[in-house]
Formats: sequence, structure tokens, C-alpha cells
Amino acid sequence: MSLVEKYPEEVKAIFAKYPADKKRSAVMPLLYLAQREEGYVKKESMQEIAAMLDLDTTEVASIVGFYTLYHDEKAGKYRMQVCNDLPCALRGADKFLESLCGNLGIKVGETTPDGLVTLEAVMCLAACDKAPMFQLQDGDKVEYYENMTVDRTMELVEALKKGGKEIK
Amino acid sequence: MAHLLLRHRDIPNLDQLDVYVKNGGFEAFKKAVTAMQPDAVTEEVKASGLRGRGGAGFPTGVKWSFIPKNITPHYVVANADESEPGTFKDREIMDFNPYQFLEGLAIASYAVQANLSFVYLRGEFYYLAKKLDACIAEMEKAGYLGDNLFGTGFSLRLRTHLGAGAYICGEETALLESIEGKRGQPRVRPPFPAVVGLYSKPTVINNVETLANLPYIVTNGAAGFRKFGTDKSPGVKIFSLSGNVNKPGNYELPLGATFRELIMGCGGGISDGRKLKGIMPAGASSSIIRVDDTNLDKVLDTTMDYENVQSVGSLLGSASVIIIDDSHSMDWVINKTVHFFKHESCGKCTPCRDGNYWMLHLVERIHEGHASAGDIQLLKTVANQVNGKCLCALGDFSTMAVTSALERFPEDFHVGQA
Repeated sequence: MSLVEKYPEEVKAIFAKYPADKKRSAVMPLLYLAQREEGYVKKESMQEIAAMLDLDTTEVASIVGFYTLYHDEKAGKYRMQVCNDLPCALRGADKFLESLCGNLGIKVGETTPDGLVTLEAVMCLAACDKAPMFQLQDGDKVEYYENMTVDRTMELVEALKKGGKEIK
Repeated sequence: MAHLLLRHRDIPNLDQLDVYVKNGGFEAFKKAVTAMQPDAVTEEVKASGLRGRGGAGFPTGVKWSFIPKNITPHYVVANADESEPGTFKDREIMDFNPYQFLEGLAIASYAVQANLSFVYLRGEFYYLAKKLDACIAEMEKAGYLGDNLFGTGFSLRLRTHLGAGAYICGEETALLESIEGKRGQPRVRPPFPAVVGLYSKPTVINNVETLANLPYIVTNGAAGFRKFGTDKSPGVKIFSLSGNVNKPGNYELPLGATFRELIMGCGGGISDGRKLKGIMPAGASSSIIRVDDTNLDKVLDTTMDYENVQSVGSLLGSASVIIIDDSHSMDWVINKTVHFFKHESCGKCTPCRDGNYWMLHLVERIHEGHASAGDIQLLKTVANQVNGKCLCALGDFSTMAVTSALERFPEDFHVGQA
């Protein structure tokens, strides 16, 4: 099903945000929409968006490639993106990330065997005073988890398995 | 002292429209639109001496005055891309005091006569975009946005635009490219955005914190604003304090407060009883200030304003103060910063794209103890080849920590056994 068929109201609202003759501006919100269900942008969606905006599919693909929050390949249901940039690293983020790898039994960049979590190391997320921290990317949504410990993170992973996101 | 910007710390629930309005919210915007000519607002902001809080410190009113009146429409874009490692102040403003920021954006829009203005948020601020969208809807409902505001002919609409993870989009021309639906790569300047900006029209781009100052300036006048800070750097500033301190966080202080007040006072000193070794006042883009027994008091007593931080060999930037204690070696620190800039270089300019690739190879080799005799000199040479040779400041920024660390902490860089 195309994006327009699946999300008619949202596509309309996205176009309404920008001047009528500047529809190319809609490409980023449309890509988020395309990523909502499966966590990555499929070739067909890129083609559809390109056609909507009078662009080449290659141009749309280059935008997907440029920005780190867009993905063109399927990964885990959730992407756990741990910041280990300098300010977080000064507060133990590298060690935190290493322990998470041990607990999840995967390396950075890998996905748990059940397909639930892909663990990634990312650049600064503007939460330097609340390290260790990560964001959880889930389709087109991003949520912050701050002042984390390995135990609380594993609790979150257990909750995710059951379809929730709550931790004590 | 009551906060001017982090007012939510004094007033609970300030992110609710009725609470904000009860505490004087939108009085400044109303005053500007109903009782001041647009140019008079610009003149007041010029007189206040407000300087851009995103890092460059350029006088805000002067920036607005570059907008040509004969080319329309005009746009204002709030830069909410906050991505400098060590900076997390705009996030707190938008999360807890969003209406003050949006009122500032509305005032700026009136001053330059923009009828459509944007907030550009980094993609990771998904939840803040949702929040601001809801705030904007509330403002429309209450009559603070829309057509013929306060019975005048002025109309204004605000929109959020979410980026998708790219530090470079904090650079103002890359940011405009991103709103236009392109890869976020900087434009050649001139022409400057004030003349050829968003959709090729005159555009003002201001940082979130800069805009959040405007309601206070319009209400209290330039003189009221100048009660705080120094003559050349007036007003208060939010300092984001991170790294090896006991109490990291955002602290609002007058410009011209000392490093001692921030680090030892607000921050509660260096964590784990260790010694202060280095300060990066402008995040990962800083030249690293060396601190040791010989200059500890001199550095701590240095005032943090746009002029004086230079006297200890760095810049204030966005005031994202990263504290490094003596358990860390500077070869590790620049390994982190170069890793960041290599990842974030947009790839448009060869010196930055290739320079950071090679700098990363070199700093990794040094950090892992495999450096050969010529590697340290080669790293200096590569940094020098990047500096000053790119379209935007990212290239320069990527070399600041490297060059200063090599020069000021030579004992941390060793040639390996290999």
C-alpha cells in the first residue's frame, strides 16, 4: 500500500506545513512516515516520495544516506543508540556500552538474535549531564533514556520483549 | 536571583499556556506588535547588545538590520539543532519554558516582518517537536498566532521542521538546505542568508536561547537587559557544564561570571577528588585550556564572556563547558573529538572530508601506541591543511582540540614501540 493510501491525512498535513510551491521541503517528514512501520525506508517508498515531489529516486536515496536517523536496511525492532561522545565518555559511557554488549551478547552494530534490539554507538545527543544515556529509535519515533545503569537498561529490554517501555 | 531564561525553575508548570500568560507571557509580543514599529524593536535589541547564543556571538539586532525591505517574503528560523558535544541548554528551554522561546521567535518575526517562521529541531528532539507543535496549536487557539494579531495587520504562523541526525545542520546555510528538503551541506557565502536565505528569500536565523531573551528585552528595555553581564557581553547566559564535575547541568549566570563560580560553585568541584586538567569552554570545538598548579587560580578567576575567554587561549562559543580531570590523557580526548568531526563532516569540502579521515587514522595510531616518529608532526600538518580552507566552520572546529592538545599537552603524546 502506498503512503498516500495508508496515511492520507498525515501526508496532507505534511504538505500543508510548507509554502504550496515548496513541496520538496516535505521530503524529510515523508521519509519519517515511510519509516514508521518497519524502521527503514523501502525502495518503493523512496520511489513514491520522489514521484510526489518531482525528484529522482536517487536524490531521495541520497537524503536517506546523508542523515543518520534514516535507514535503508532492516534492523532490530528498536535501535538502542548509546552516546559515547566525549562528555558522556568522561562519565563512563564507554564502559556502559561495553557492559551492554556483554549483557545482550552482541557487539556494537549487531542485533539480538530475537530481532528486538540493535545496539549502536552514536554522536552527542545533547544530554551530557545525564550520562550514561541512549535514545531508542522505534520507526519514526525517538525516545531518550537518561542517567541509565546496565541493570535498568536490561529491565527496559525485558519490558520491550513484552511490548512495553516502562522501567521502574 | 530569579532566572531570566530558566524561569521554569522558579515558576512550576510554566510550560502550560495559562501559567505562562498569568506570569506576564505574551505581554512583550503584544507590546511590540501594537505599540512599536518593527524597526524600533530592532533598535531596542541592537541597543541591548544581545549577542547570538549559538556560538558566534554576533550582535542579534545588527543581524536583523541586514534584511532588505524591498525583497519579500522574509523568514525567521529558530536554530534548535543543538548538537555541539557538551551543549544541552536549548533542550531545557524548549522542554520546560517553551512559550518564552516561541514568544521570542514571534517578536523576531515581527521585527523583520516575517509572516511564516520555522523552528528547525535536530531529529533526536522528536519529543520536543511534538511538544512545540502542541504549544503552537495552543497559541493559535488563544489568538497569539494567526491573522491580524491583536487587531493589527500583522499575521504570523509558526512551523516546526525536524532534521534527521546531522551536526552540520546547525550551520545556518546547511540548516536552510535541510528545510528545503536537501542534504544538509553549507552554501557558498556571500550571498548571506539575510539576503538570499530560505527559499532564496531574506532570512534571519537565531539560536533558541538568543530568542528566549527577547521578551525580557522588549518588556524591560535595553537598559534593563544591560543590568546583567558586561558592557561588551551583556545579559545572562546558560552554561552547560559537563564532564568530570560533581554536579553537571545547566546553570544560568551573568556573562562575565568566572570559571570558578561555575565549576567550583555551581558544579560542586571536580568529581572523585581529582585535579582539574583541561577545560573545553565551547564543547568539542574548543581549544583545550591547560590547567595545572602554575595557572589554576588564573584560569579559575577568568571571566566567562565573549572577550575574556580568549585570554586563556580559547573561546566561549555556546558555553558548553566540558571539564576534564587528570585521569584522562589528551590523546584519548582528541581521539574522541576527531572521531566526532570525522563522522559529522558533510563531505562537501575536500580539506575537511579527507583531513578528518587522516586525522582520525593518526590519532587512533597515537592512542593505540603504534605511532611512528613522524606521525605527531604529520597530525599537526594535516590539521593545518584543514584549518581555514573550508566553506563553513566545521573544518576549523575539527582542528581546535587537536592543535591545542599537541601544543599544550605534549607529554600526553608518545611515539609507539611498533
